[in-house]
Amino acid sequence: MTDLPLVKLSGISKAFAGVHALDDVSLSVGRGEIVCLAGENGSGKSTLIKILAGAQGADSGTIEIDGQARGSLHPIEAVRAGIQVIYQDFSLFPNLSVAENIAFNDQLVHGRRLVDKRRNRRIAREALARIGVDMDLDRVVETLPVADKQLVAISRALLHDARLIVMDEPTTALTEREVRALLQVIRKLQKDGVAVLFVSHKLKEIFAVCEKIVVLRNGRKVADGPAREFDLASLTYHMTGRHVTAVELPPAPGEGSAELLRVEDLGRGSQFDGVSFSLRAGEVLGITGLLGSGRTDLAKALFGLAPADRGRIVVGGRPVAITSVKDAIGLGIGYVPEDRLTEGLFLPQAIGRNVAVGILDRFAGRSGVVDRPRLSDAVEGWVRRLKVATPSTALPVQSLSGGNQQRVVLARWLAINPRILILNGPTVGVDVGSKADIHAIIADLAREGLGVIVISDDLPEVLAACHRILVMREGRIIEEVGRDSADEDTLAHRLAS
Amino acid sequence: MQTPNPSTTADPTASRLASPFRGDPTMARLLAITIAIFVVMSLLKPGLFFTWGNFSSMAFQFPEFAILSLAMMIAMLTGGIDLSVIGLANLSAILAAFVLTAFGPDLAAGGSAFGVIALAVATALAIGAIGGLVNGLIIAVIGIPPILATLGTGLIFTGIAVVLTEGQAVLGFPAAFSVIGNGSIYGIPVPLVIFAVLAVAVAFLLNRTAFGLKLYLMGTNALASRFAGVDNTGLTVRAYLLSGTLASIAGVVLMSRANSAKADYGTSYLLLSILIAVLGGINPYGGFGKVGGLVLAVLSLQFLSSGFNMLQFSNFAKEFIWGALLLLVMVVNGLQFGRTRPRAAAREGGNP
Repeated sequence: MTDLPLVKLSGISKAFAGVHALDDVSLSVGRGEIVCLAGENGSGKSTLIKILAGAQGADSGTIEIDGQARGSLHPIEAVRAGIQVIYQDFSLFPNLSVAENIAFNDQLVHGRRLVDKRRNRRIAREALARIGVDMDLDRVVETLPVADKQLVAISRALLHDARLIVMDEPTTALTEREVRALLQVIRKLQKDGVAVLFVSHKLKEIFAVCEKIVVLRNGRKVADGPAREFDLASLTYHMTGRHVTAVELPPAPGEGSAELLRVEDLGRGSQFDGVSFSLRAGEVLGITGLLGSGRTDLAKALFGLAPADRGRIVVGGRPVAITSVKDAIGLGIGYVPEDRLTEGLFLPQAIGRNVAVGILDRFAGRSGVVDRPRLSDAVEGWVRRLKVATPSTALPVQSLSGGNQQRVVLARWLAINPRILILNGPTVGVDVGSKADIHAIIADLAREGLGVIVISDDLPEVLAACHRILVMREGRIIEEVGRDSADEDTLAHRLAS
Repeated sequence: MQTPNPSTTADPTASRLASPFRGDPTMARLLAITIAIFVVMSLLKPGLFFTWGNFSSMAFQFPEFAILSLAMMIAMLTGGIDLSVIGLANLSAILAAFVLTAFGPDLAAGGSAFGVIALAVATALAIGAIGGLVNGLIIAVIGIPPILATLGTGLIFTGIAVVLTEGQAVLGFPAAFSVIGNGSIYGIPVPLVIFAVLAVAVAFLLNRTAFGLKLYLMGTNALASRFAGVDNTGLTVRAYLLSGTLASIAGVVLMSRANSAKADYGTSYLLLSILIAVLGGINPYGGFGKVGGLVLAVLSLQFLSSGFNMLQFSNFAKEFIWGALLLLVMVVNGLQFGRTRPRAAAREGGNP
């Protein structure tokens, strides 16, 4: 590594409407260095990336590239300097093929007006080969799995003699195995002398791949140093500004505790089959599996969204049929869906309405006219209890951070007074501090005697939050492990093998 | 997104379940536009526009398309549209007209006019409800997109009306029937009273009942409402049933004002009612909109249209100005509609 850093940001500040998004932040990335930019949602990571890409100008501070100082950076200059940003949505054309997507910019740069398919394919093949990936070049991008889309975006970025690739939360939608593959690609890039700025709040990945860690909190740089100088606890502390302690799960309920739910030989189509388990009051049951293992289909069947077509469901000792969401809710089953933004929330609507939707009928009586003062009291009560951070429940729910949005969904379900709560990916896209809070809420619910099912492929999460863990693969439960007898590596191995 | 959306930043002391439209700039702009049109027209034609005679004449004119706009609004709140409103209004009116003419001779023999009129109105409402139910079932149960479903049923309703009447107007109602469209109570035109009652009732239904609140939520994100346990199918069917019933009331008012029923009355009202709904701030993507905005839009268009009449503009110029006004308001509001679109919102909300 030469003494001159590839990119050096000094004293960068940026304010939006008087609020400091970034305050005197400095950062340097050396050639072929893998640097992690860590921080919770709203810490200023995204703003910093945008300044680096030239998409936004800084209010003050300098950017040095190869030792040359510049006041601000134009997007074109950033590209010329070899800086490429891969945003979360990858910015691909879903209706074009892999080859066309990869070669598109090349086509623009050279001002070619006619499409040369053979040239496109050659460019695409070479770009994919650089990261050691083989893919069908003619496949339309929207039909690709998320992980492959990301690889397409990476290979496209490499075409422009990229020397620094910035990846914004690259692992959000990936499974464990895909994350490992991505980290391999990043190491390969490093061998080729390409530097990577890895933006993430997932601690495990940060330690797996990064040499240097820079931590932002509330727009300020709070830590900066070689990765070996950090450990899980210190990194968490820097990110959140507080010591996040492991959640204390209440002891597993004994034989005397009532059985809330028993499932026998449940199946639906080819999605899952022969699923049997039981859930006691006060128990947190984890179900883990890769994407497509049937974990979500099982949850949807229990909630009546896509009912099971064989097997038995027993709720509270009584055999029941769950063929609609109404049936499930009538039995006291709540479901916090996997995709909060599209399935869980009415984003532009008021927080209060998002919580109230499940209890409107209860506060309406037979006339259908809602008793607004009482409903409002109930809603405010739940919002307070779950500590949703907002000045007013009249604000749209999209004004909240991910963790607070998830609390709103939880509040909605707790308001219906459920006996069984199914949480699918309860902390996806939620930062470290809120994650611990949500785990604490789950533990509280168990303490109050609810039966909770947590579906997640975040193994540290299921290990931390659940009494028992069911491992699903190819639509079947292949194993049940107790929390004490499992560790992350063996679980990860079971999921994938 | 850490900063609250500026367009919907609500006063924290506002009613807790208040819609985020409270203190909404769209409504304020619309009110300003309505007042401006009123003032300009009053200044241009003080002797004609700013008179009781003109106010009364306007109050007879707008209720029929204002009621149709209420019907359109209900459909649009679900994220759909109801293109069958005018066809259904005419079909309902024609069947009511058949009742009136069939029992008309009895009146000469000393029958009760009130009873016959009540039966005719009940017939119209029933046809409206049935037509709306058909729309709702096609949309919610079979799953045809609302714009196509109601285009189809609208043509069918009109077709049936043409076949029943052979394209002719149905005439010869009892004199008492004209009260609905042309009478006054204490100097207030009856159509205006009917519209006012319906507007208040719809506003109450939307904001105070479980049905209305769920309608707003389903219109915002149908997938999320399904996951929240809302019966989307039943809700959609009921919404179109309501829309159809409102359309039939508009048909009765229209028929009473014209003192006849015909298959092609008020065909220009279909697009007008969409224009009014959108102008009134009903989000074409569903989930947002208030009756208050709709009323302001109705008034501003009526002021414009009456004023143009007095200024002796041609009808073509009137439609030109209406179109221009719609586009102007949409452009000014553009950003807001963009923001409240579920997809756009999901993108914004998803980015830390």
